[in-house]
Amino acid sequence: MNTNGNLLEVKDLRTYFETEDGVVKAVDGVSFEVRQGETLGIVGESGSGKSVANLSLMRLIAEPPGKIVSGSITFRGRDILKLSPREVRAIRGKQIAMIFQDPMTSLNPFMRISKQLMEVTRLHLGHSKGEAREHAIRMLEVVGIPDAEARIDSYPHEFSGGMRQRVIIAMALSCQPELLIADEPTTALDVTIQAQILELIKRLKGETGASVILVTHDLGVVAGMTDHIIVMYAGKVFERAPTSELFGQPGNPYTRGLLRSVPDPAAEQGNLYQIPGQPPDLARLPGACPFAPRCERAEEICRREFPPFVQLTSEHSSLCHFADEVFAESQEAA
Amino acid sequence: MPVTPSEPPSILIGPEYAFAEEDVRELVGAEVIVGPSLWRDAWRRLMKNKLAVLGMVIVIATVIASLFGPSLIKAATGYSYDSIPKDPMLTKSFAPFRAPGGKFFWTHPMGTDNAGRDILARVLSGGQISLMVALISTLVSLLIGVSYGATAGYIGGRLDDLMMRIVDVLYSLPYVIIVIVLLAMLPAKTPTGQLAELFLALGAVSWLTMARIVRGQVMSLKNQEFVLAARATGVSTPKIILRHLVPNALGPVIVYATLTVPTVMLSEAFLSFLGLGVRPPRVSWGSLAAEGAQNLSVYPWQLIFPGVTMALMLLSLNFVGDGLRDALDPQMRKS
Repeated sequence: MNTNGNLLEVKDLRTYFETEDGVVKAVDGVSFEVRQGETLGIVGESGSGKSVANLSLMRLIAEPPGKIVSGSITFRGRDILKLSPREVRAIRGKQIAMIFQDPMTSLNPFMRISKQLMEVTRLHLGHSKGEAREHAIRMLEVVGIPDAEARIDSYPHEFSGGMRQRVIIAMALSCQPELLIADEPTTALDVTIQAQILELIKRLKGETGASVILVTHDLGVVAGMTDHIIVMYAGKVFERAPTSELFGQPGNPYTRGLLRSVPDPAAEQGNLYQIPGQPPDLARLPGACPFAPRCERAEEICRREFPPFVQLTSEHSSLCHFADEVFAESQEAA
Repeated sequence: MPVTPSEPPSILIGPEYAFAEEDVRELVGAEVIVGPSLWRDAWRRLMKNKLAVLGMVIVIATVIASLFGPSLIKAATGYSYDSIPKDPMLTKSFAPFRAPGGKFFWTHPMGTDNAGRDILARVLSGGQISLMVALISTLVSLLIGVSYGATAGYIGGRLDDLMMRIVDVLYSLPYVIIVIVLLAMLPAKTPTGQLAELFLALGAVSWLTMARIVRGQVMSLKNQEFVLAARATGVSTPKIILRHLVPNALGPVIVYATLTVPTVMLSEAFLSFLGLGVRPPRVSWGSLAAEGAQNLSVYPWQLIFPGVTMALMLLSLNFVGDGLRDALDPQMRKS
């Protein structure tokens, strides 16, 4: 175990994809760490590299066309990128588990729920058929599926979306992983179910002491769930801060734009704010700040030079030429 | 307006509160039933298709008749497919239900061939061989085709290119020539050996389409999230192919396998007709038809009975295959 309390340390991760248009730098120099028992939120627009970063953590990037070009992913003191495929398989599902976005497609439609749940524990915990089945029933009860014993032999199509997401969570947690990666776990669900699923993840996290990486583009979701947040844009970390600080005092114009574009139910009717423009083409990134063309604050230097990663406080950094000024402004506003 | 971190919404969870997403079961008070599997659903749809059911009945009846018929006939009349009557008066072709002198006689419902052998017995044991050839070749094509196609489709990349170019090359060669060369290169010493070679030759060429179908299926399936989910739980590649991909691709595979049976049967008949297939004293529908065709103008029953039996069988198998396709892919029927 690491001495500094970090379960996972990602340093300068770069995952590129070879395409006909050139090399797409989906993740380009991302660093972050996850402490024991904490929840890290990763937010960003579609295509900002959130999912690719997480798939890279488990070495699930399809090669070709993808490739992890450089960096290190230290999980419990071992670099995942240096392990053999067999060693990585032993970690997947056992120590690091993943919950996917769409519960409609992440269960095998031709396999009974029981068989899919049992597959994991038989593989990693060496359960016999009977033990695995008992364990599976217990897990379904833990995630709140009524009549678990009767419903365990159902097929996925007999479950509603929220129920399926519960099954997937049961599957992810059945080996008591130390790190749970939830890749937009509630995007495909409606709002009431979203809250239930988030509460469930939160409760189980508390019970098992697992660390969680929560990927989402919904700022409301991360607000109540996470300890730290990183904001990604164009494959890079734009801002990293403790949750309350990020929401209270953003130090990056992009984060500010994101926060402003969240609809406020209390506000008068009017136009919703949106960040102008489109995310850049990741195959043709300029040498300058990738957000500059859409940024309100952009000045000449932003279109010319790549911004520095400015340390604002001990735990708060921002990728911007004017990080200090933006930070000071939001401090005044608050 | 910046959002401030708020207290999480206090929503109660647990089985007792899961009502909102629970189905209507509790409202109607019905028992929990383990729902029908997708296969049972397909079976129900298949049973609604009259033509497919008729086809299945004919296929099953023919199979049973071929399996047990020859020994029943032997018990009833003393004739087997290769027994030539000792009486020289009887070693010629009689019309159905006719004895010497043109009288009605029940022994030969399909008549006899030039040597006086019972055509019914010959058609039924010919059926044994034809069915066996078709079945074994289809199994070979299933085995090779599914594993080859699934491997190529799942691994992809350069290996896929290589494997599929091999299939393309084999495709471009006319299969008759491959089979003829195979059979000519390895001359069998016994009729049984010849039969084994026939299985081999037909199996060797019939897996190509199967491999392509399975590869296509696997390629569209492998990008689905459940495959990624299986990989994320640490399942190994062979297990993903066998347990997650192949079962999902099984629908088209079953349909195509059902349609391969008649195709192979026809190929066998064609080869036997050319004298490359089953050798005497063994018979198949193809070799019977070849014999019968020589005497068509004089003794038409020698061709009609094996021909009609085989045509009926092929037609029925095709009905079953079409029915299976509709049953396993209900979306297709609507269009």
